[in-house]
Amino acid sequence: MGLAKRIIPCLDVEAGRVVKGVNFVDIRDAGDPVEIAQRYNQQGADEITFLDITASHEGRDTTVHTVEKIAVQVFIPLTVGGGIRKVEDIRQLLNAGADKVCINTAAIQNPDLVRESAERFGSQCIVVAIDAKRVADIEGTTGIPEPRWEIFTHGGRKPTGIDAVAWARKMTEYGAGEILLTSMDRDGTKNGFELGVTRAVSDAVSIPVIASGGVGNLDHLVEGIVQGGADAVLAASIFHFGEYSIPEAKAYMAERGIEVRL
Amino acid sequence: MSSDVIAVIDYGMGNLHSVASALEHVGANHVVITHDPAIIGDADRVIFPGVGAMRDCMAEIRRLRCDEMLLDIMQQQRPVLAICVGMQALLSHSEENQGVECLNRVPGEVRFFGESLQDASGQRLKVPHMGWNQVRQTREHPLWHGIEQDSRFYFVHSYYVHATQRELRAGATEYGVEIDAALARDNLFAVQFHPEKSHTAGLQLLRNFVSWSGEEA
Repeated sequence: MGLAKRIIPCLDVEAGRVVKGVNFVDIRDAGDPVEIAQRYNQQGADEITFLDITASHEGRDTTVHTVEKIAVQVFIPLTVGGGIRKVEDIRQLLNAGADKVCINTAAIQNPDLVRESAERFGSQCIVVAIDAKRVADIEGTTGIPEPRWEIFTHGGRKPTGIDAVAWARKMTEYGAGEILLTSMDRDGTKNGFELGVTRAVSDAVSIPVIASGGVGNLDHLVEGIVQGGADAVLAASIFHFGEYSIPEAKAYMAERGIEVRL
Repeated sequence: MSSDVIAVIDYGMGNLHSVASALEHVGANHVVITHDPAIIGDADRVIFPGVGAMRDCMAEIRRLRCDEMLLDIMQQQRPVLAICVGMQALLSHSEENQGVECLNRVPGEVRFFGESLQDASGQRLKVPHMGWNQVRQTREHPLWHGIEQDSRFYFVHSYYVHATQRELRAGATEYGVEIDAALARDNLFAVQFHPEKSHTAGLQLLRNFVSWSGEEA
């Protein structure tokens, strides 16, 4: 017995409202992130992640208020990501009640933001998000082609030329406490995690890795842990639309020998 | 509801609203987040929290004279709950930040998990120790009331506590090594995990603290 593998439902929030909808039969307002977070909390989610996709500044203030409302009612860890540019953004979200923040594009533009915020607030609350896409293989040391993944920004449209595995190592050295790894090839496909990159990043770093992107069924969650070597699995639609509940997912994983919090 | 005043000691390291909200959720209605010695001196119960790096924490604890306040409270038999880095700060010494002298209220060490941590089967373990792990209650205590043996609590830390006096241990957790997940002595209870983030089991522990007399049995 030991540390449980975590299941993390993810909500996309825009100006304080959940977008892409959530379809639980017995909630009043499918767009209310507070009500949805409470539901996942009751179901036994191990953490909740909020992805703020709001563009406007005013909308971001609304998100901060939403975090405040959730934090007084939901007593499991809450991660907030999206649109974080500077140390002040991080401070504001942590003060509102977020336990961790997730830094994505800003880490690429300014890696020192990760170092500075880890020193100021502690590594435990700094999650670095990596959006990876498979690119042409490279010739390995033995002459056999090896797969390679690059970081893409702008929803997977813009290549950065940065190797995803090397970047994960660098962010660990800079003080990240956790990596949220999303396969842009798989995100939204329901075909399962890209297990190659999950395993490569997981083996490369000493910090926990959350696998994300592509979950369509419960076997995918199992694969992310067993084959991908992830410490946690993040999913959105399979939980939102009631295809599977958190307890069903945990029972399924437990039957396959994965330690979970039941 | 409890009319006791609970002071959450604020020495400037991290957000303390979560622990205050959780206490209010379990029936405490006078929770104050403060470093004012007058308020802390009058409080019925005290929470000593902490997040972040040990060197910065100790610097702020000393600058705001929280060490003296804490000593007074512990001598006066008022219930004290130390959480995470708050627990670690009570020990003698921490390996964090190339070594930091701590408050030495509880003799013992705060040690690094190390870069090559493994479980019993040789599987590599990630550091920080982050997530839900089981706590074995190594002895009875009023703060364990209503919490099942081996319940899971939420941990997030890279350094762990090993108290010199093994009889002070109240809870143990395995993560490559056996760590002191909870320590208890007289009116002090200290936990490495975050009860305010540990859902049902964590809220029960806080509920127990709100009504605790400060005696071990």
